[in-house]
Amino acid sequence: MEQTIGTQRGLAPTPASRLIGLAQGLLPVVVLAVVLGVIAPMVLSDFRLSLLGKFMCFAMIAIGLDLIWGYTGMLSLGHGVWFGLGGYALAMHMKIVAAQELGDPIPDFMTWSGIHALPFFWKPFVSLPVSLAAVVLVPGILAFCFGLLVFRSRVKGAYFSIITQALALSLSIMIVGKQEWTGGTNGLTSYTSLFGMNLMSPATQHTLYYATVIALLVIYLAAKWIVSSPFGRVMIAIRDDEDRVRFTGYNVGVVKAIVFAISAMFAGVAGALFATQVGIISPADIAIVPSIEFVLLVAVGGRGTLLGPIIGALLVGGARSALSENFPASWQFFYGALFVGAVLLFPAGLVGVVQQQWKRWRGKSSKIATPASMAVSTEEV
Amino acid sequence: MHSLSGVMSISEKAVVDAEQLAIAEINAAGGVNGKKMVPIVEDGASDPATFAEKAKKLVQSDKVPVVFGCWTSSSRKAVRPVFKGSASLLFYPVQYEGLEMDSNIYYIGATTNQQIVPSVEYLMGQGKKNFFLLGSDYVFPRTANGIIKAQVGAAGGKILGEEYVPLSGGSNDFSTVISKIKSSGTDIVYNTLNGDSNVAFFKQLRDAGLTADKLTTCSVSIAEEEARAIGGDILKDHLVAWNYYQTTKLPANDKFVAAYKAKFGANRVTGDPIEAAYTGVYLWSMAANKAKSTDVAEVRKALSGLTFEAPEGTVTVSPKNNHISKTFRMGKIRTDGLIDEIYATPKPVEPDPFLETYPWAKEFAKQKPAS
Amino acid sequence: MDIVLSQLFNGLSYGSILLLVAVGLAFSFGLMNVINMAHGEFIMVGAYTAYVLEQVFTGALGPAGASIYFVAAIPVAFVIAGIMGMILERTLIRRLYGRPLDTLLATWGVSLLLQQGARSLFGAQNVQVTVPNWLRGGIDVSGQFTMPYSRLFILVLVTACVAGVYYYIGKTAAGRRMRAVMQNREVANALGVDAPRVDMLTFGLASGLAGIAGCALALLGSVGPTLGTKWIVDAFLVVILGGIGQLVGTIVAALSIGWGNVILEFFSTAALGKVLVFLIVIAFLQFRPAGIVSRRGR
Repeated sequence: MEQTIGTQRGLAPTPASRLIGLAQGLLPVVVLAVVLGVIAPMVLSDFRLSLLGKFMCFAMIAIGLDLIWGYTGMLSLGHGVWFGLGGYALAMHMKIVAAQELGDPIPDFMTWSGIHALPFFWKPFVSLPVSLAAVVLVPGILAFCFGLLVFRSRVKGAYFSIITQALALSLSIMIVGKQEWTGGTNGLTSYTSLFGMNLMSPATQHTLYYATVIALLVIYLAAKWIVSSPFGRVMIAIRDDEDRVRFTGYNVGVVKAIVFAISAMFAGVAGALFATQVGIISPADIAIVPSIEFVLLVAVGGRGTLLGPIIGALLVGGARSALSENFPASWQFFYGALFVGAVLLFPAGLVGVVQQQWKRWRGKSSKIATPASMAVSTEEV
Repeated sequence: MHSLSGVMSISEKAVVDAEQLAIAEINAAGGVNGKKMVPIVEDGASDPATFAEKAKKLVQSDKVPVVFGCWTSSSRKAVRPVFKGSASLLFYPVQYEGLEMDSNIYYIGATTNQQIVPSVEYLMGQGKKNFFLLGSDYVFPRTANGIIKAQVGAAGGKILGEEYVPLSGGSNDFSTVISKIKSSGTDIVYNTLNGDSNVAFFKQLRDAGLTADKLTTCSVSIAEEEARAIGGDILKDHLVAWNYYQTTKLPANDKFVAAYKAKFGANRVTGDPIEAAYTGVYLWSMAANKAKSTDVAEVRKALSGLTFEAPEGTVTVSPKNNHISKTFRMGKIRTDGLIDEIYATPKPVEPDPFLETYPWAKEFAKQKPAS
Repeated sequence: MDIVLSQLFNGLSYGSILLLVAVGLAFSFGLMNVINMAHGEFIMVGAYTAYVLEQVFTGALGPAGASIYFVAAIPVAFVIAGIMGMILERTLIRRLYGRPLDTLLATWGVSLLLQQGARSLFGAQNVQVTVPNWLRGGIDVSGQFTMPYSRLFILVLVTACVAGVYYYIGKTAAGRRMRAVMQNREVANALGVDAPRVDMLTFGLASGLAGIAGCALALLGSVGPTLGTKWIVDAFLVVILGGIGQLVGTIVAALSIGWGNVILEFFSTAALGKVLVFLIVIAFLQFRPAGIVSRRGR
């Protein structure tokens, strides 16, 4: 399907073939837009719709994670950090607004904790435009700097995964430990309005839902554009043979840092939309467990494909909710089995499996590896 | 709606049991307005965002009239906006840090002036003046310690140290904390550690040679279940502050303990939050019967001033602030892990979540919302 | 002075616990390139083994059982966790060699399964092992400084484990086969070493060591389904900091992190201390990406 362009043969994509690629890529966009934007709001209750909105936020992180993992070969176990930074950036603004509406100069938890003036790093978030910019820029810039440091010293493979995991743990411990600045374990919650709209009203929740659909589609298209560009080819080349790319004269560290930053920006947007829809962002959404669960979404859907993460996020999210509602005491069994099954039975992910079957059915030679299976076979520490 | 998976499931499972017991008893006695209560169990998975999701499901999708749920402050804060102005009530069974009041939430556990404040009064009355504050790193210990600092300071005592250990991701190594306690020269450690951390702390405290005769500790999160898990031999003679113990000598409690053990096993123990969860279900059912409706406005009206002979003693729902009056009881842990009452207030303490009646607590009283 | 001594001891003790937790990982991760996220759950298995044995011993022998069960618990935990590890290797890990990041995901799933399994078997409530009489209390060096017997015991246990591991790798035929397979699988195979069997034994050894660590942790805190997850990140950091496949590095790393943690915690808070240690480790890896002791390239 979409990956046929630019990944199969050693040929550079011509502008024409890229156009065809984009046109092919538009089909899933139209389908997603119709299903998520038109059908879902008609058939789902408000509660189910807000759940779907939440899963779409996860789908955005999953796409970003796929760029750095499926396409560039670096598995990040710390994407909760970028998700959290984006979420907190907007939540801090909403918290200030909520306090102002009550006539307080500072958020309620600061008063409990004995602080009487807004800390300096909260001040920029009084402004809505600054906060919205921060949702994207703070994760992006920090991830770029972190990536540059880590990738320059050629930390890769499992090392990278575990360092990012330690980063996620550090940030969540810090947020918990600085309750007077961050709200501690409670996180930031009880927002009232955004853009002057009442967040509790169903109309606002619907608006946010549509904003999420649009954001997801934009992110999907952006990712699509990136992977089919010459830059995307460098990413895939790094995944498949990093040293060769380095010897060709590319600065591998910078390329990886850029991908990591883009991926973090996607996660930041997801975090901000998550905070508005779910009504809370807390250290529990940042720490190790959610960060690994984001990876599961990509693994189930199919790494190295862009539709995979979306499908994975929607399916896993739906399954998780359904299982925990129906088997509140034992759903973790199913969830654990899902991890094992996904890796063991269909390492290429759902989309990868469909692609392989499709090719077999079309009688094509199976020698052409899909990017997903290539990702699997070329991963090394 | 409680955590059945994740770290908090340790404590919250027993609370679900108590609520199921109360529902079964009420149904056996004829139900509410002639109908049976049908529980829907949801797992909050120890994660505030999941609690928010499940609360939305119960309130908006299942349209239940009442939810009995939450344990941690973070889960309660996460679901607060969902209940605000909704057609459901939340009954919250755990002692908490106070400074909160929502019209759709009923606080069945103690607020600070029914647990922390009287316990500090009691300790200072025993001549303990040099406090060391130790807690898990989350909102309840930090807020509680803020209150204790104000109270101890006003009464002429000193705070010699204040330490918080991470709630999750912590490796439960208390050796450094214990070193700090030893070198501070404190005579009372006021302990707001949560659940699991207590086990490690008390084991390591004992190994460091600090038993209850050498160092007094007062804990507010160790009930019978936890005490038994930690081991009576380790906890012997350490102090705790609650509103209810399994040993509380009241007819209502004898009945409750017997029913609980009959349903869930003779080796199970009750405890304060378990009792509060049970009482909460009864309070709601009585109010709904009195109102002849499960409508939120009607039930709220019926709850105001409602009195119930709970296992912990007579409780009354305060018409002012959705909390209930409770008797404060200081306890001492026995070798078998049960807790003996060593002091109780002569009558139930009126709830004062914003500490408005205490002169040293002006800072906190200011936080009461104007409305 | 007392406080300095006692902090030095605390650091040594914390480092030794970290080492015990991480030494198994040094095998599975360092030698076999398997990122075993279920390592923490093997620790949990070891801790629950101690609990079950206590129940069995006190059931059979009365109170006398409570003081001797622990002696039996250590080898039994080693064997049970080891067998579970071998089963995991045979059924799952074997299919994933050469795909380390997939082992990470699959074993995370396994860890969820084992946690839920423990919850179903033993209940969500944490259980408690009684510390044997002979491990209670400690040596009172001075009023401010006590060396608890349980921590001294863990020090001895760690030393014994590390010595045992060295002996196994260096002096036994099985250990030689293991080194051969890890250094060059094809050549070892060609020379008649049964490489799959060696893989299984190595993974079993790694898991068994986790089981021993579980017994030790049961002395310090409570035993619950999530016991192991608290340690897993720290353990991985120790192995990475030490240098993959380097036992000496793992030892140095564990002790450095132990002392670092204790010192930083003393001058700040527990939370800040932990974060600072993480950040220092991450920064250190900027300068020496391969860890404290790095394998020399050919």
